[in-house]
Amino acid sequence: MTLRRKWEEKFFRVLTALVALLVVFVLAHILFTIVSKGASSLSWEILSQEPKGGFYMGGGGGILNAIAGSFYLAIGASILAFVVSLPVALFINIYLIRYHRLLIGVRFFLDVLWGIPSIVYGAFAFTIMIFFGLRNSLGAGIVTVGALIAPIMIRAMDEVLKTIPIGLQEASYSLGSTKTETAYKIFFKQALPGFATAVLLAFGRGIGDAASVLFTAGYTDHVPRNLSDPTATLPLSIFFQLGSPIEEVQNRAYAAAIVLTFIVLCISITARVLYRKK
Amino acid sequence: MSSVTAIPEISKDAAHFQVVPGEVPVLNIRNLNVRSKNAQILKNINLVVPKNKITVLLGPSGCGKTTLLKCMNRLTDLYSELKLDGSIEIDGEDILSGKFDITQIRQKMGLVMQRPFPLPMSIYDNIAYGLKIKGIRKKSIISEKVEKHLREVALWDEVKDRLKTSAQRLSIGQQQRLCLARGLAVEPEIILADEPTSALDPISSRVIEEEFLKLKDDYTIILVTHILRQAKRLADFVVFMYYGEIVEYGPASEIFENPKTDILKEYLRVGH
Amino acid sequence: MTKRILIDNISSKWMLVCLSFFLLLPLAIGTGLVLKSSDLFTSHHSLSTLIFSADWSPSEDKFGFWPFILSSLWVTVIALIISMPLCLLAAIYLSQFAPKWLLEFMRPVIDILAGIPSVVYGVWGVLVIVPLVGDVIAPFFNNESLGYSILAGALVLAVMSIPYILNMLLEVFRQVPVELGEASLSLGATKWETIKHVFIRKGATGILSAYGLGFSKALGETIAVMMVIGNVVQEPASVFDAGYPLPALIANNYGEMMSIPSYDSALMFGSLLLFVIILAINIVFRYLIYKSEEK
Repeated sequence: MTLRRKWEEKFFRVLTALVALLVVFVLAHILFTIVSKGASSLSWEILSQEPKGGFYMGGGGGILNAIAGSFYLAIGASILAFVVSLPVALFINIYLIRYHRLLIGVRFFLDVLWGIPSIVYGAFAFTIMIFFGLRNSLGAGIVTVGALIAPIMIRAMDEVLKTIPIGLQEASYSLGSTKTETAYKIFFKQALPGFATAVLLAFGRGIGDAASVLFTAGYTDHVPRNLSDPTATLPLSIFFQLGSPIEEVQNRAYAAAIVLTFIVLCISITARVLYRKK
Repeated sequence: MSSVTAIPEISKDAAHFQVVPGEVPVLNIRNLNVRSKNAQILKNINLVVPKNKITVLLGPSGCGKTTLLKCMNRLTDLYSELKLDGSIEIDGEDILSGKFDITQIRQKMGLVMQRPFPLPMSIYDNIAYGLKIKGIRKKSIISEKVEKHLREVALWDEVKDRLKTSAQRLSIGQQQRLCLARGLAVEPEIILADEPTSALDPISSRVIEEEFLKLKDDYTIILVTHILRQAKRLADFVVFMYYGEIVEYGPASEIFENPKTDILKEYLRVGH
Repeated sequence: MTKRILIDNISSKWMLVCLSFFLLLPLAIGTGLVLKSSDLFTSHHSLSTLIFSADWSPSEDKFGFWPFILSSLWVTVIALIISMPLCLLAAIYLSQFAPKWLLEFMRPVIDILAGIPSVVYGVWGVLVIVPLVGDVIAPFFNNESLGYSILAGALVLAVMSIPYILNMLLEVFRQVPVELGEASLSLGATKWETIKHVFIRKGATGILSAYGLGFSKALGETIAVMMVIGNVVQEPASVFDAGYPLPALIANNYGEMMSIPSYDSALMFGSLLLFVIILAINIVFRYLIYKSEEK
């Protein structure tokens, strides 16, 4: 081996390792920055209270409105998305399985749908709301975020269902089951742990999204009571508080960022642990 | 490892592994052991491969033939869980010692795999690839060698008009011959072939087999196969392996006509 | 028995309805945005002035999107220029040089990082990148900058897109057959030569698609970029200037858009632009991925 080849090999071995290290470092740095900045402001008061008067000027209170709002919104959106995603995922794997081209086409289409940015969903939902004279509300937010995360959920469920051997389907038919019975009794049971992962992943995406709720869910200092109330969300709470010139308010934004990151990390780690156990 | 204990005791008669008189050894394996995390894949392999002969590694699938082949050009390096000890000498140099430049050692051997894996480039570049790596820059020399080696595997007439098109468009039999030519282009001493016809139709298989018979004038060939009839057609020497061990080794006629161990007798009886 | 068949019928119809909903969704989005922004065209704006004019004053009925389009392109392209080589090299290290356990460990970690909400990246950008650009990088190039700039947006966007692109690249390299590498190595190539000539070439379509999808994702990214880019309507002259990308424009002004005539139509036109561009990019590169997987 000539000297040049030897050095080229060594050089790139080291270079790629350094870049990988840099990437890991930067991503770790994000978590570190958020935690070190926000930890001091994190308190029980922040987690458990709604904002009090003059909150955005440094007054007392907490971000319970946003925490609760985010959970309501993400849970609602996940349930809604699940209700429409499950039939679609089952349909693809039971009815379309024999039509190869169509199957590929639908999967392709869902992948494309996945790429539409949330701001477009938000803007579209907003025009619909104006058209029907609807106000910003938890319900509108749930529908928008539900539509946003459904493609993710469908494709994740689809990946799970794909792994079920076709023989199982045929065995079920040969025992006299209808397609629906096969879908919900056999496939659903078989894929349940994978479905839990799919729902959690979509939930995590929903709870962190800001651009779509900006238009649709509104913002309020109170925990919403019903679907027609507007609701605060954690990403927007962080965004608005960070916009304040007052340091105390900014610090609370960092604390809120810790809360959001923590929730999302917990969810995605749980999702993965569930899937691995399967 | 209950499966291993079930194997009858094999006589380690040293005479089995002696160099056959009159043959020049190219490759000399001594006490080679290969372990992975929870199994021993090769046990105490001793083997002398003579020059300009076809040595066939025969045995049921999973017996370690492919691993043994991959040890010879140290592709086992890619699998970090494999631990090798012992020695493999090529031209008197122990390639496992780590002293030598592995890329040069690998150029002494051309590898033909179970399925053809043409590099993602043109037919021409598939052959030129190894030459360029060897440091040959001159275009005229490269084209000359491309033609020579494509002729060597009887592919030249079929592809001479489309040398610049992607190698992936060739038929699978042509691809396998291209892969053989690609290996020959770096001018190896040894050809390592790992069930080279297993993905091919009978006609392409026959072409490859005929190539091997011609090539042994210039090269030493080590061929892994589990097809008994192929082994009978091609082998000068046969190494019969079973569960990671060499059970019998000798000239083809002796192995096929006069098997000593019960396992080999059984294998020859049920084999096809 | 008939009841079972009935249920089967209803259920399969319901499945079809759900699927149709998703098939029609992009069509509905597209139509809705076109209808909403069509007011803009009826009131004497041509498509070319809308896109290429830099004159933006909604209260005077002037809607030139060029500053926003330009900002979006600047910030996205620079972000990609930064993250492309980083992702490729990191993917090469993890999939080719690194020990197996490290890859197995990093795969879920990268996946998890890809799920971190963009607002968190935005917070990090405000805390780290904006001061870095304003106090270190701009002075180094003899420039004055508040830090809230195209470069800050691009850096944040680059970091955000790393887990996303890296994930796809790891998948690309995973799909290259091991034997292809073995074939190259057995010809005497070094590991790096094998990567350079064989793996990168074999994965070229996949790599290109990963970059393309990364680009479209970055183009639609809203909140994180909005937090660090300054949001000033101008044609940015250098990377240290503030910019105002399309998603930020839409997000920032939805509140007041109902009070100015045609403003809502203009913002919907902005959304439509984003939607069409991103949809087109997605279709092209997803198609390339399917094509390359088919082989």
